[in-house]
Amino acid sequence: MTATLIPLPPATDESLPSRTWWSLRNTLVLARRGVARIVREPSQLLDVTVQPVIFILLFVYVFGSAIKIPGGGNYHEYLIGGMFGMALTGTAQGTAVGVSNDMATGLIDRFRSLPIARSSVLAGRVLADLLTEVLAVGVLIVTGLAVGWRTHHGIGNALLAFGLCLLIAFAMTWVGACAGMLVKNPEAAAAVGFIFFLPLVFVSNTFVPTQGMPAWLRVVANWNPVSAVASACRNLFGNPNPASTISAWPMQHPELATLLWSIGLTVVFAPLAVYFYQQKSSR
Amino acid sequence: MVADLAIEATGLEKSFGKTRALAGLDLAVETGTILGVLGPNGSGKTTAVRILTTLLRPDRGSARVAGYDVAGQATQVRRRIGLAGQSAALDESLTGTGNLVMIGQLCRLPRRKAQRRAEELLSRFDLADAADRGVKTYSGGMRRRLDLAASLVSSPPILFLDEPTTGLDPRSRLVLWGIIRTLVADGTTVLLTTQYLEEADQLADRIVVIDRGSVIAEGTSDQLKGKVGGDRIQVTVAVESDLAAAREVLARYAAGEVHIDGQRRRVDAPIRDGAKAIPAIAVALDAAGVVIDDLGMLRPSLDDAFLTLTGHATEPISPPDQKATLP
Repeated sequence: MTATLIPLPPATDESLPSRTWWSLRNTLVLARRGVARIVREPSQLLDVTVQPVIFILLFVYVFGSAIKIPGGGNYHEYLIGGMFGMALTGTAQGTAVGVSNDMATGLIDRFRSLPIARSSVLAGRVLADLLTEVLAVGVLIVTGLAVGWRTHHGIGNALLAFGLCLLIAFAMTWVGACAGMLVKNPEAAAAVGFIFFLPLVFVSNTFVPTQGMPAWLRVVANWNPVSAVASACRNLFGNPNPASTISAWPMQHPELATLLWSIGLTVVFAPLAVYFYQQKSSR
Repeated sequence: MVADLAIEATGLEKSFGKTRALAGLDLAVETGTILGVLGPNGSGKTTAVRILTTLLRPDRGSARVAGYDVAGQATQVRRRIGLAGQSAALDESLTGTGNLVMIGQLCRLPRRKAQRRAEELLSRFDLADAADRGVKTYSGGMRRRLDLAASLVSSPPILFLDEPTTGLDPRSRLVLWGIIRTLVADGTTVLLTTQYLEEADQLADRIVVIDRGSVIAEGTSDQLKGKVGGDRIQVTVAVESDLAAAREVLARYAAGEVHIDGQRRRVDAPIRDGAKAIPAIAVALDAAGVVIDDLGMLRPSLDDAFLTLTGHATEPISPPDQKATLP
C-alpha cells in the first residue's frame, strides 16, 4: 500500500488529549474561514453592518418622531436596546444561509470525508459567526453613540448587556445551523429566515412598546426572546424601558429571561445540529 | 483482507424511503487501477461512492477500503481516501491557495507544509496564476481542477471521483483526463463514476455497468463491446434503386440478417471476417454495377453495449458528429 503523507499514528492508538488537541486546532482552522470571509468579502456582512445602521436611522428620524414612550423618555435611547435584540438574534439567518451553502456546494461532504472530528466543523462555524456577532455589537455601539444614545449605569452593566447579547446570539447560531441543514438550498434558507425573523422582531418591543398591541399579541410579544433581550439591554444601559411595568415574568426579569432563553435554545438546538450534521447528506 | 484489493464491496444495499438506491452492489478494485462505474442518472453511482467514502451507512452489506471497514473503521478509511464529488466542494470566499491550505491544515500538515503543498498542487493543475484569486472568479473547469487538487492534498492512495467532468467543456475534460492518468501512473487507485461512455472507455482499466442499484455487466471496454455482437459492414448507395442489388451482394458475405435503411440509402449486415472482407465486397459491389457513396466497417461502441445492457440510452458526451452508430 502506498504510504500517506498524513503524519499520524492510527486513530485507535491516538490518545484522548491528542484527539482533543487536534479537534481544537481544526476548529480554529475552520473558524479562520469566517475571518477570511470578513476580510475578503465585506459585502457578505451587510446584514450585520449596514442593515442595523439603516434601521437605526430610519426609526430614529422617520418613525421615532411619531412613537411615544409610555412613562416618557427619549426614543433614541429606547431604540438602541431593541436594535441589539434584533441584530443579535438575527445572526441566525446568516448562519442558516452559510451552513446551507456549505451543504449545497458539497463542502460539508468534503469535511466529512476528512479524518477530522465532526464536531470541529460545526464548532468552527459557530466560532466564526460569533466573531461576526462581536462586529455587529461594535457597529451598533458606534451608530448608537452617533445618534445620541448613552449608557447611564456604568461600563460594567453595559458589558454585561453586550455579554447577554453575545450569549443569545450564540444560542441563535445553533438554531440557524439546524435551519440551514434542514432546508434544500441557500435561497430557501434566506427565505425561511426572513419569514420567521420578521414577525419575531416586529412582534416584540424592539421598535415600539408593546402596551398598544391587542391583548393576545401583547402576550406573544412579552414572551418573545427578542423582547427579553431588548428589555435587558435597556435596563442595563439605563435607557427608558416601559416594559418594566408589564407583569409578564420575562418583562420583570429580562436579564434572567435572556439567560434562560440562551441556555434553553442551546441545549435543544446544539445537539440537534450535531445530530442533523451526522445524519444529513447533501443529496 | 485481500492484499491487492484497494476497494472491495459486497452486497451493498441502501434505500431512501421507498426508493431503492442500491440493491446488492458488489465492487472490487485492484490497487493501482482505475475502475469506471458507468450508469445512468439515478442508478446508484453516487450512493455507492458516498458509502465507500464513509459519508453514508449501508442498510446491508459491507465494504472495505484500503483494508479497513467503512462503517467500523471510518477514520482509518478517511485517512487514505480523497473525494472529488459532482460539484466543486470549495469555499467560494477563499482563494485557491486558501482552500488548499485549509484542507492541508485539517489533514494536520503544519502551516508551512500546507502552504508548500498548496503551491505544488496549484502549479501542477495549471492554477498558479489564479492562486490568490477568490474561487468565486474561477471558471467551471478551474473549479473542478481545484476541487481535484483539494482531494489530493493528503496524497491519498485511493481516490473517488464522482462524475468529475460532468458539465465541463471538452477542453477542460481532456485536461482532467490527463491529470487522472498521471495519478494512476503514480500508483493511485481510482474509482471513477461517469455517465459518459467515452470517459470510461478512455480512462478505465475495468468498467462496471450499474443500473437500478446493482451491477449488470463488468469487464474491460472491449469485453463489454463484445457483448453486443461483432463488427458490421455498412454500404451507402448513390441511388435508391441500387439498394436491392447491394443487399444481394452483402447477403453473400453476411453472418446474419441484412438490414436496409431505405431513407438513408444504407444497407448493413453483421460480418465475421471484419476488415478483411471489405476489398472483396467492394469488388463484388462494383461487379454488380452498384454505385456507392460510402463503404465502411461499424464497430460497436460502448454506447451500443450500454443500450443493449440497460435498455436505455446514456447521455452523449458531445453532440454526435459523424460517428456512425448502429441502426
